[in-house]
Amino acid sequence: MNIIDRRLNPKSRSLGNRQRFIRRAKSEIREAVNDAIKNRAVTSIDGKEPIRARIKGVKEPVFGLAPDTGEREFVVPGNKNFRAGDRIPKPPKGGAGGQGQEGSPDGEGQDDFVFTLTRDEFLDIFFEDLALPDMLKRKLKQEKSDKPMRAGYATEGPPAKLSYARTMRNSLARRVALRRPTEAEIAALEEERVEAEAAGDAERVRAAEAEIARLKRRRVLTPYLDPIDLRYRRFETLPQPSTQAVMFCLMDASASMTEPLKDLAKRFFMLLYLFLTREYEAVEVVFIRHTTTAREVDEETFFRGVDTGGTVVSTALEKMREIVTARYPVDEWNIYAAQASDGHDFSDDLGVSCDLLRGLLPICQHYAYVEVSSPHMMGASMESALWGAYKTVAEEASNFAMRRISAPDEILPVFRRLFARAREAA
Amino acid sequence: MTEEPAPPRKPASKRARKTAPPPVAPPLFEGAEWTFDMLGRVHDAIGEVAVGEMGLDVYPCQIEIITSEQMLDAYASIGMPLFYRHWSFGKRFAIEQTRYKRGQQSLAYELVINSDPCICYCMEENSATMQTLVLAHAAFGHNHFFKNNYLFKQWTRADAMLDYLDFARRYVADCEERHGIDAVEATLDAAHALMNQGVDRTPKARRATSPKELSAREAARHAEAEAQYDDLWRTLPVKAPAPPDDPEGAKEAVALGLPEENILYFLEKNAPKLADWQRELIRIVRHLAQYFHPQRQTKVMNEGCATFVHYEVLHRMHDKGQLTDGALLEALHSHSSVVAQPGFDHPWYRGLNPYALGYAMMRDIKRICETPDPEDLDWFPDIAGRGDALAVLRDAWADYRDESFIGQFLSPRLMREMRLFSVVDAAEAKAVEVTAIHDEDGYRRVRRALARQYDASAQDPEIEVVEARLSGNRHLVVEHRVRDGRRLAPDTAQDVLERLAFLWGYRVKLREVSAEDGAVIAEHEAIAPAA
Repeated sequence: MNIIDRRLNPKSRSLGNRQRFIRRAKSEIREAVNDAIKNRAVTSIDGKEPIRARIKGVKEPVFGLAPDTGEREFVVPGNKNFRAGDRIPKPPKGGAGGQGQEGSPDGEGQDDFVFTLTRDEFLDIFFEDLALPDMLKRKLKQEKSDKPMRAGYATEGPPAKLSYARTMRNSLARRVALRRPTEAEIAALEEERVEAEAAGDAERVRAAEAEIARLKRRRVLTPYLDPIDLRYRRFETLPQPSTQAVMFCLMDASASMTEPLKDLAKRFFMLLYLFLTREYEAVEVVFIRHTTTAREVDEETFFRGVDTGGTVVSTALEKMREIVTARYPVDEWNIYAAQASDGHDFSDDLGVSCDLLRGLLPICQHYAYVEVSSPHMMGASMESALWGAYKTVAEEASNFAMRRISAPDEILPVFRRLFARAREAA
Repeated sequence: MTEEPAPPRKPASKRARKTAPPPVAPPLFEGAEWTFDMLGRVHDAIGEVAVGEMGLDVYPCQIEIITSEQMLDAYASIGMPLFYRHWSFGKRFAIEQTRYKRGQQSLAYELVINSDPCICYCMEENSATMQTLVLAHAAFGHNHFFKNNYLFKQWTRADAMLDYLDFARRYVADCEERHGIDAVEATLDAAHALMNQGVDRTPKARRATSPKELSAREAARHAEAEAQYDDLWRTLPVKAPAPPDDPEGAKEAVALGLPEENILYFLEKNAPKLADWQRELIRIVRHLAQYFHPQRQTKVMNEGCATFVHYEVLHRMHDKGQLTDGALLEALHSHSSVVAQPGFDHPWYRGLNPYALGYAMMRDIKRICETPDPEDLDWFPDIAGRGDALAVLRDAWADYRDESFIGQFLSPRLMREMRLFSVVDAAEAKAVEVTAIHDEDGYRRVRRALARQYDASAQDPEIEVVEARLSGNRHLVVEHRVRDGRRLAPDTAQDVLERLAFLWGYRVKLREVSAEDGAVIAEHEAIAPAA
């Protein structure tokens, strides 16, 4: 008998099977993910609430006898008052003679069940085949963090880093090479001596004793473990390029940005945030809202607060430039910006905005502009003032992308296209 | 207790316990907590009773403590400790996990594997009493059954199973790397669909190979292919195939050993288009199917044996004072819910409970041996009143499977107790007809019907390869012999047929033929997908 504690075994034994299953049921799972994006409340979009996919398509057919053909005899327990020859009317459909219930109570058969995705799996599928453009800085990064990496073995080091396997391997090699006598050899000689003593052969006894003394001396001279055997695991600290990003959310907060429009914008920002957190260790978010003036605000105010006034886009861009200069040195941070607006701007301001934007683009990894509008305002011919102005910038810069959104279900496709395009350009 | 004269059941044993000498041994544990030390002592104490007193013969046992998540893992891979990777196991895991989390299903307390050493999983959540129950049940009851039942002896090699699983896992992983996950998946999918048609139901002279030989053979094949490789071969003109000299395919059928009920075996040996690694995958699936086949045929006996053993062992341990009264009560509570059998009209009814039926039959055999009625003397002249119930049970556990066991040992008295009756359900009839009940006229018919219900080969559709051509149009014909008008479910049959066509590589026909008069009732057909 043998008792083994398996509780500490690696947990993810079925992970490989799970991944294969997700591969198999991909189309259905992807559908569920897309539905979730379309229909869920803004706050639950980040995948913290599990995504459930109803899986139908993965069948495991086997040859089986059809229940509704032929005749079969079977035995059931619990007879109360039936006699041979009695006839029991069948229930309208399904099992006969009380032969259990077909299917489980909530109608989930073997091939149709609810599958729950983890957050990571959700995000994987969600952002499948999207890539962040220009993920690493073009300029050399400041080395921010050091990470220890294995770098072979050293002859010196702290005891905690002693490599037993290496050390003993050296020790063994040295002992073999120097012919260090083993305990067994000495024991054999001792026996020989005892034997010789018993036989009264003084010559042999002396020879054995001399040999024993020689071997023992040799054992002392070639120690079991010599300092030259010792090997220590060596670590070198390698500088890690910092992978941190800051994301600027710029939004027009003037009265023309209605609540539904803000909601659209928020969903877009949320997606971008999720996307960035997957690629970078640390992501900071800066919220800037503007009317005729711009200010940095917290998230709540950003989305919920109400301001009144006109719209001067350039103030927000100016504010962003200030913040970058003050807090986010360009050589340490990956800078992303997303601007949402309904496209209104004072016509005087358009030129200023474009110039500011041209100034910002070189320091940004990517700059996305989304124009949100109500569905009835969407018209192919209707171009907003800001859209027209930004279009000229878009033609010059590869890391600037612009799109329009008018309904929640357009967000994901737009998001995909934004990053797909940027990738192609890169 | 064995020395006592066989008492008539309950009242006497109560008296016996009162007059028995005070417990000599201190209880092995008190309270619900268990430790590894304690498990060892409990195992040994059970061993004394089960092996020493009851004469069980078991493999050495390896107890593994696992968490609930690991138990779910084990469920998903049919209980095996290591298994190749396949999406269907991921699916099963997700299903089990959903049910478990919703509280629709609780997990088993244990899982036991027919291997040598016998691996027995115990859940960490079990209380000390439950661990004792589980050890008696699985590590001794099931273990004895695995080691001694003729089906297991004949069809499974307990000592080689874990090695084989290890081989299978590595082989499948290797194939995935070499040929791509998709290709391996397609082959395994198709083989899984035919798993029930991948067992030999009667012994055949087929050479078994050890896992080591298998990998050696595979390596040799591979090396040979590499050594023989020469681009020149590609440039040789293809010879026109010789005209078939066997137009009816009669000779071929004999050479192929048709008809063949083991479709996977047939494909592995004869499918014209399969690559070597695909044959090996089919072989793996076939071996697993064969390994599990005895368990399908002995569900009632196996559970009955294990349940009987744990009940007996725990009582004997309690008599010795090794178990406290509280522990025995806790174990009995669990025991009685395991062997509960609701009647057919009860909302909880889910068919016959193999634990209930099996356990009731074991108790009943014990009763027949020790205190037979006159009726028993008529029905079971061989064993009635023989006294040594355990010897009778040990023989039964060794030499029967569910079908023959029920056919032999189900007593009229038990049929009355369980109020068993048999009904016939004909598809076109508006009502099911009661054919026999637990009375003098009905005992034999009920018993026969129940035995047949547990006959795996009567319950599975009877499907054989009847025709295969390795030249010409290379079609394959499989036949389903329709008994009692029971046809195959058409949609799944078509799905399976498509998978079969994938493995065969050419057109495949499925004929449904009446077993009574040989008339063809229906035909299905599938064409292999273009490569």
